[in-house]
Amino acid sequence: MQSVTNLIELTINGRLVRVAQGTSIAAAILMAREATRVSPSGEARAPFCGMGICMECRATVNGVAQQVTCQRLCEAGMEVTTA
Amino acid sequence: MSALFDVVVAGAGPGGIATATVAAEAGLRVCVVDGNVAAGGQIWRGHTADKDGSLAGRWLARLHAAGCTVWQGANVVAAPAERVLRVEGAEGVRDVEWGKLILAAGARERFLPFPGWTLPGVMGVGAAQAFLKAGLEVNERRAVVAGSGPLLLAVAAGLHGKGAKVAAVCEQAPLARLMKFGAGLWRHPEKLIEGLQYQVGAGFAPYRAGCWVVRAEGRERVERVVLTDGRRQWSVACDLLACGFHLVPNLELALLLGCEVEDGVVRVDARQMSSLEEVFCVGEMTGVGGVGKALVEGEIAGWAVVGNAQRVAASQRERVKQMEFARRLDEAFALREELKKLPRPETLVCRCEDVVHKALCTRAGWRDAKLHTRAGMGACQGRVCGAAAEFLFGWEVRDKRPPLFPASVLAMAADVEEGKS
Repeated sequence: MQSVTNLIELTINGRLVRVAQGTSIAAAILMAREATRVSPSGEARAPFCGMGICMECRATVNGVAQQVTCQRLCEAGMEVTTA
Repeated sequence: MSALFDVVVAGAGPGGIATATVAAEAGLRVCVVDGNVAAGGQIWRGHTADKDGSLAGRWLARLHAAGCTVWQGANVVAAPAERVLRVEGAEGVRDVEWGKLILAAGARERFLPFPGWTLPGVMGVGAAQAFLKAGLEVNERRAVVAGSGPLLLAVAAGLHGKGAKVAAVCEQAPLARLMKFGAGLWRHPEKLIEGLQYQVGAGFAPYRAGCWVVRAEGRERVERVVLTDGRRQWSVACDLLACGFHLVPNLELALLLGCEVEDGVVRVDARQMSSLEEVFCVGEMTGVGGVGKALVEGEIAGWAVVGNAQRVAASQRERVKQMEFARRLDEAFALREELKKLPRPETLVCRCEDVVHKALCTRAGWRDAKLHTRAGMGACQGRVCGAAAEFLFGWEVRDKRPPLFPASVLAMAADVEEGKS
């Protein structure tokens, strides 16, 4: 409910989302309710630890796979793809 | 090629910031390496220098004014040679050579497995706080906060403040132990006030001690959580479950270097020096005690590396007081035995490689478990399931093989300075 924030646009799995500047990619993925990875037994997972240790939040960012999205901020025009 | 610094600080939380600032202000060449997008660690995530005159803002301003070299988004992945750390980040792979090394890697949450803990919508308690600071909007969401530790109330207050409906806050430690802990806080009035602020704010949610999560349920994401007080069970609807069991120090780098570790923390002397000459350690790695402890230890290490014995001596009283607080925290939030019974045979313990409890509980120890089940061999390298296995099975979990974080092949293949590998 921020009143004075700059919104930026990016896509998550092709879907356009708007987030406040300073939002981590993982937080954007959580808000979009997208899963990040599929575990070896086929479970859909989502960002979990928020501090770069559990690696559940890995996703492809601008074509680069395995990015730890809780440790990176959203940028305008970013393309995020999850499993 | 490696850059050479008088002091290298691994970690830019309050402890690392304090050491780096004191050392740089005294004229030493200091490099700070930190995995986050900005300095501040978990506790000061999202704070900026001098924004509001807060403690965090003042320290961050001092750090930036002191003229340190700060590498953000960079993790130490290996120690390829004597006095050299290998760092990987957005700028690629770099080696950095240190005259004195400060370990300030902080702590992470302890997660314990229970049925449903891998469902989307389930996250850590510190995680929820980190996500809130990183822009997560939770308006209209129904949250349960559970587990253990002083973070629970702070995070519940944070969620409530951002518009979530906090349906329950469940602390596993029994009320009697919390009362004893609270009664001992007269020595730390600032912490008592902080706690009271959260208590007042927490009027919105039922806080229950001696109460814990049995399982989380839902089809594709968490829809409800089953709670117990050990006598009866009840179900609470939610779409966000924050559950974490206090903190465990990040010891990987200390173990890799060979620092002596005792009772789960790095052993240090009154100057914060570890068992290794010129390797210092500050903050949560020497015992989980929060910002106050990290700051005083960080300053002491800073004074020690610049050779100011007087200032080191002058801070000893505060240091001892903070260590005592850390001990009281450990005691108050010690885990109850019932939590060992939460995983069912088919509950995942290792989230990376999907290793179930029944495959682990018959193993002889951590090494045996890793060799036979792949637990702890995935991307988190046992950071999550290792701490759980220590508690669940009583194993000693001490991994110390590089890379400390998932690293590129380049990082592992890169040549170190000539004649040192």
